[in-house]
Amino acid sequence: MKRELVISKIERGTVIDHINAGKALLVLRILGIGVGSKDTVTLAMNVPSKKMGKKDIVKVANKFIGEEELNKIALIAPKATINLIESYEVKRKFKVKLPDFIEGILRCPNRNCITNSREPVTPKFYIKLKDDVVTAKCYYCNKVIRNVDEFVI
Amino acid sequence: MRFRHLISIEDLSRDDILHILRKAERFEDVARGLKKLKVLEGKILANLFFEPSTRTRMSFETAMKRLGGEVVNMTAQEASSIAKGETLADTVRVISKYVDVIVIRHPLEGSARFASEHSEVPVINAGDGAGQHPTQTLLDLYTIMKECGRIERLKIALMGDLKYSRTVHSLIKALNMFNNEIYLISPEGLRLPEEFLEEVKAEEVNLNDVIEEIDVLYVTRIQKERFPDEEEYRKVAGSYRITAKTLERAKDNLIVMHPLPRVDEIDVDVDKTKHAKYFDQAFYGVPVRMAILHEVLI
Repeated sequence: MKRELVISKIERGTVIDHINAGKALLVLRILGIGVGSKDTVTLAMNVPSKKMGKKDIVKVANKFIGEEELNKIALIAPKATINLIESYEVKRKFKVKLPDFIEGILRCPNRNCITNSREPVTPKFYIKLKDDVVTAKCYYCNKVIRNVDEFVI
Repeated sequence: MRFRHLISIEDLSRDDILHILRKAERFEDVARGLKKLKVLEGKILANLFFEPSTRTRMSFETAMKRLGGEVVNMTAQEASSIAKGETLADTVRVISKYVDVIVIRHPLEGSARFASEHSEVPVINAGDGAGQHPTQTLLDLYTIMKECGRIERLKIALMGDLKYSRTVHSLIKALNMFNNEIYLISPEGLRLPEEFLEEVKAEEVNLNDVIEEIDVLYVTRIQKERFPDEEEYRKVAGSYRITAKTLERAKDNLIVMHPLPRVDEIDVDVDKTKHAKYFDQAFYGVPVRMAILHEVLI
């Protein structure tokens, strides 16, 4: 008998599919879901995928996460798709869209940047996609980050 | 008012730059003390210098006073005692309630942009760490305009520390905006960072190969503190010394520029040649800063 990994359906909430394999925990971090969070979260990592080979999936029950918030995921998972679920049915489906500008989420790698001082300041970045690589440029010091994953706060 | 704050040369369009340069030209006689103009009477400038500076601070002070304004200064020493207890955000919030414009130099990159977010009055960046120094760039462009008659379609060589020099980083972007042909001359370890080469068109060359054709030779100080030992520094510094002999094959109207202070990149025997323009360049800082102050205050 063929055995399959089944991730239970949710009645209501947000499903984030097609996350790059191994990035689900970073996705949760970007969405601010972590220690102390009361949300019911189901997470699957390295699930076989026809399109991607392997992928991660995150399901957050009883919560509709805003589109702007979800688009931030595109920083590390540009191919992620979102399903908003109501009564076990997909009410809306869309792909995340890379924002042009973000506040927070990343920290600037430049140790001499004002955002790494004790000043009351939130890091801000201009975001670009070039040759399938996401880059972030610090709004304050112009430092360009090419390995965005490593600088998620 | 074309801009409220002046933080980075990239915040300005070609038009904005030309507007400032033309305005500076109108102020030149006032800057030389030949004419009096009190258009900034009743206005106060605060110099917030968290790092030492002579030329930039004094030329801002002169510019403000030539236009009838007044200046309050915070020196690096006072700044260091403030820094112990107060954030930059609070310092700027408070001082912006006293004055009409703030000029800031600070060791952290991005500090001027951050200061502008907390200021009730215009903020002018006078150098933020290894970041931007837009008023230096504008005075460099002004020097080229005055001495070469234009700021476009020239052959311009940038020489020295192209890696760390904030002057070069700001200038190269502006020169590119005006379709100049840019040559880069630097020791191996001090080449222009890759990220700039992606954005601007420039060619790495030897000075000997281009000396006969260039219109501008912009020399920067090779910063001793970047080298692991004295010996290494000497090797590099020595190999990039401009003398009157170096310039023998140059075009008659080649100009040599330097943001100053110089150490030994330009021999004093160059000072007497018709090519030396670095002291004029330092003077041009006054009319250019007058134009900037006028722009943000009136």
